[in-house]
Parts: sequence; structure tokens; C-alpha cells
Amino acid sequence: MKTQNTTVNDMVQADSDRFLAEWLAEAKLDNHKSKTGDARGVSEAKELMKAFSEGIQADGEPSSFDGREWADLRSVLGALSSSRAAQGVSSEETSRFVLAMKKPLFSRLQTRHATDAAALMDTILWVSSLVDKMAQFTVGTYQRTREEIINRQQHELLELSTPVIKLWDGVLAVPMIGTLDSNRTQLVMEALLQRIVETGSELAIIDITGVPTVDTLVAQHLLKTVAAIRLMGAECIISGIRPQIAQTIVHLGIDLQGVTTKATLADALALALKTSGYTVSRTKA
Amino acid sequence: MERIPILKMGKCLLVTVQMDLLDRTALALQDDLSNKIQSTGATGVLIDISALEVVDSFVGRMLTTISGIARVLDAVTVVVGMQPAVAITLVELGLSLDGVKTALNVERGMKVITASTMEHGVDSGT
Amino acid sequence: MPLRNEQDVVMSRQTVRKLTQELRFSIVDQTKMITAASELSRNTVVYGGGGEMRWELLTNGIKHGLRLHFEDKGPGIPDLDLALTDGWTSGHGLGVGLSGSKRLVNEFEIRTAVGEGTCVSITRWK
Repeated sequence: MKTQNTTVNDMVQADSDRFLAEWLAEAKLDNHKSKTGDARGVSEAKELMKAFSEGIQADGEPSSFDGREWADLRSVLGALSSSRAAQGVSSEETSRFVLAMKKPLFSRLQTRHATDAAALMDTILWVSSLVDKMAQFTVGTYQRTREEIINRQQHELLELSTPVIKLWDGVLAVPMIGTLDSNRTQLVMEALLQRIVETGSELAIIDITGVPTVDTLVAQHLLKTVAAIRLMGAECIISGIRPQIAQTIVHLGIDLQGVTTKATLADALALALKTSGYTVSRTKA
Repeated sequence: MERIPILKMGKCLLVTVQMDLLDRTALALQDDLSNKIQSTGATGVLIDISALEVVDSFVGRMLTTISGIARVLDAVTVVVGMQPAVAITLVELGLSLDGVKTALNVERGMKVITASTMEHGVDSGT
Repeated sequence: MPLRNEQDVVMSRQTVRKLTQELRFSIVDQTKMITAASELSRNTVVYGGGGEMRWELLTNGIKHGLRLHFEDKGPGIPDLDLALTDGWTSGHGLGVGLSGSKRLVNEFEIRTAVGEGTCVSITRWK
């Protein structure tokens, strides 16, 4: 092993239990709210120490943190970070947990190199940059995990807000609520088309009562959806066109390409039933 | 070379496209259909693409061409079973398949053909 | 993989299907990518005199993507702007594949020079 590695390895192995205790004490000191003192925290620390030692023994260096020698350590750090992120623990706490390792390392170094200031400096810098890399790594993993969670939630939210409803035999309706961006329109399109195939419905009503504004982009998305529906062999009615929206459409010169439009969902349903050959009659006066 | 089988049901020709088509297979289908429409005097052509996961501009053009040829030979073409992903992709590609009638499935497709032939007052015979 | 004939065009579709499935693209995104690949492969074979398709799996943070390159040493495209718009209106040939594919992907790059060949790169992110 290289010199620095030998030094650090000796220090850590010499009294590993006390090392662990000091580290955890330091970590708990900083985080009054953290759970690092409990059984889980202890086992995580032990695992981290083991991977750390293995990397040191494999002659790993701070500059080669992305290398094979530190692969195990990286995976342990990653797992630690992800599980904390999923629990909602802040990235600060997680990285502080790792950084707390410096205290027992530095105190041992001081004892060891008590008389050699230069060697002390060198090793402290070495150790410090290594532990820093470890902490940075946990922050990176943490960010990515949170991003993934947020993305997933966004997706679920989008799905929830665009239900496809069966109004009648062969008639489906989609109430669009909120702004129509390409993401949402894409999702609606896919869901609607899928249901059309599944139910064999020939009529789809897209209700835009809940859409605040319609500009050329939104109109484009809507028209694409209509085109896809027609390509498949079904027909589409757009309902819920408020007077302001009608004005905007005319004003912008948007060509609705012969799509039937109705002011309200009720009108659209009436038309749909009529087209499908149903008559609605009232039996009670 | 593989050729796609064409079934005759009454005055209708039924084609089921089940595999990823080689360009030349598509062209062969075009030829075969044209010939068969003429030889059988068919008034309707039903093309089932429910198993096609990808329809690119070549296949799209094939469908439009078949539809056009059929029309000249006085037959109606209906393409059925288009998958949602295919419909979305075709719209994005900008292929409108003008002149091609579509329906959700074979049953509906047959209705379209019957309705259309009755409109033209053609004696749909048996 | 090489793109020399129509079997290769079909092969390219199957290859891209496998790749997009591995990357767990949604069905619609798979279809879009496969369709774009089909168009560009065909262009390479028909207009480029044959060439090859290469692919790269990309990672950008948590995003995963697929980049495909279609390269040939053919005649090149003399007037790119024209091809991109004209192909669209004439409805067949090189242009439809190019302009259509552009709409199906997130990133589209084309390098071409008369007498030297063409390379089209398309990228789709999950």
C-alpha cells in the first residue's frame, strides 16, 4: 500500500470500535434531530467504514474517487443517500454524517504525526479531500433521487387530472382542466386513443370548459388529437368553447378543419346520441 | 418471396397485415389487390392493420395508393384497427392518408363498406 | 449495422425496437423512434447508395436517451432547405422522411455535402 493509505488504514484498524463511537458521537453532536444514533445509523456507519477501509487497502486515492477501488464505497454511499432521500432527510444531514468522519481521523493523525508538521499537513489534506469527495457524492445521489421522485409524482398528477369518461355506449368524454401544454396533451391523447380502442367507441368529446386560454399552440395540440382520432376511424367533438375562446380562435385565424364544435358538453352529448342513432324521449311530463 | 394472402368474403376482399413489411412485399400487395379487385369485381377492400406496430411513409403511401386504385375500379377501401401509437406517429409525421377510410375494427369496417356500396346504388348481390 | 437493402431497413426497425424497449421508452415514443429510423434507413439505402446505422445510449443525469446516426457516402443533398420543405409538399421521396422524422424526435442534426455523403443524427430522450 502507498504511504498515506498505510497510515490511514493503520489508524482506522487500530481501534475501530472506538473510531466508530467517536464518529457517531460527532455526527449526533451536529444533528440534534437526526436518527444517526439508532441501530440503523450504527449499522450504516459500520458498512461505510468497511467499504472505506477496503478502498484504502486497495490503494485508492482522493483523485481516483471514480475508480474501481472505490466502487464499493460509492455504492454504499449511494444506497445510504437514496434511502435518506426517500425518508425525507435533508441532504445536509446526510453529508454532515459523512463529514463527521473527519474528527476521529484528524485527531488520530495529530497524535501520530505529533512531531512531523509537514507529514501531518500532507495527510490531513489527503484525508480531507477524500472525505469531501465522499460527502459530495452523497449530495449528488441525493439530488438525483429527489428528482426522480418529483418526476414520478408529476407524472402521476398529470394522469390523475385527465380521466377518460364513458358517457354512453360508444361515446367517451375527456374534460380538460388547466393549461394545455404538449406534455399533458400527449398524455390525454394517448389515454383517450387507448380507451377508444378498448371500448370500440366511435365518438370522443373533448371538453375544454376548464381550459383558460387557447392560443395557436394549444389549438395545434387539439387538432393533432382530433386528427389521430379520425385516423383511427372514430370521430371527435370539441365542446366547452366559451365566447372569449371562440373570439380568440377567429381572431388568430385558427382553422378548425371541419371539427364539430359545441358550446357545452350537454350539446355535444345530444349530438353524439343523435349521430349514434339514439333518441331521448321523456316519459313523465 | 412472401406474399400477403387476400381473402374473399362475398363481394369483399380482406387483407390482414401481420408482419413487419419489406418494401417489396408492400408493393406486391398493391399489385395483387389491384388484380384481384378487377378479377373478382369486388366492391370493398378491408385492410386490417391491427397487428402493425409501425406504419411509416412507405406503408402510408401504399395504403393511399391502394385506396386510389380501388376507387378507380369502383371499390371502397377501409383500413381498420390502427393502433393509437401508430395514429399519433402518423399525425406527427404529417401523413394524413387522404382518401383512405378508416374504422375501429373489422365489424365497423364492413358496415362502412356496406353503407358505401348502398349509397352508390351498386347491386351488392351475394 | 449496415444498411444495404430493404431487409436491412426491416432489420433497423427491429434493432431500434429492441433498443427503445431496453431503455423502457413508452410505446408511443418507441413507435416514433422506430418510424423515424425506418424513414432514415430507407433514405440511406435508396438515395445514399447504402450506408450504415450506428447508435449510442446516452445518459444526462437521470435522463436516458437514444441517439441514432444514419450515414452514407452517397451523392449528398444539394439543397437541404428545399428537400426539407419540398419533400413535404410533394409527398414522396427524400424530403418526407427527413422533415417527418424531424418532428418525431427531440434532436435532429444533418450533415451533408454534395459528392461526399450524408449523415443524419436523431436523438430521443425518455
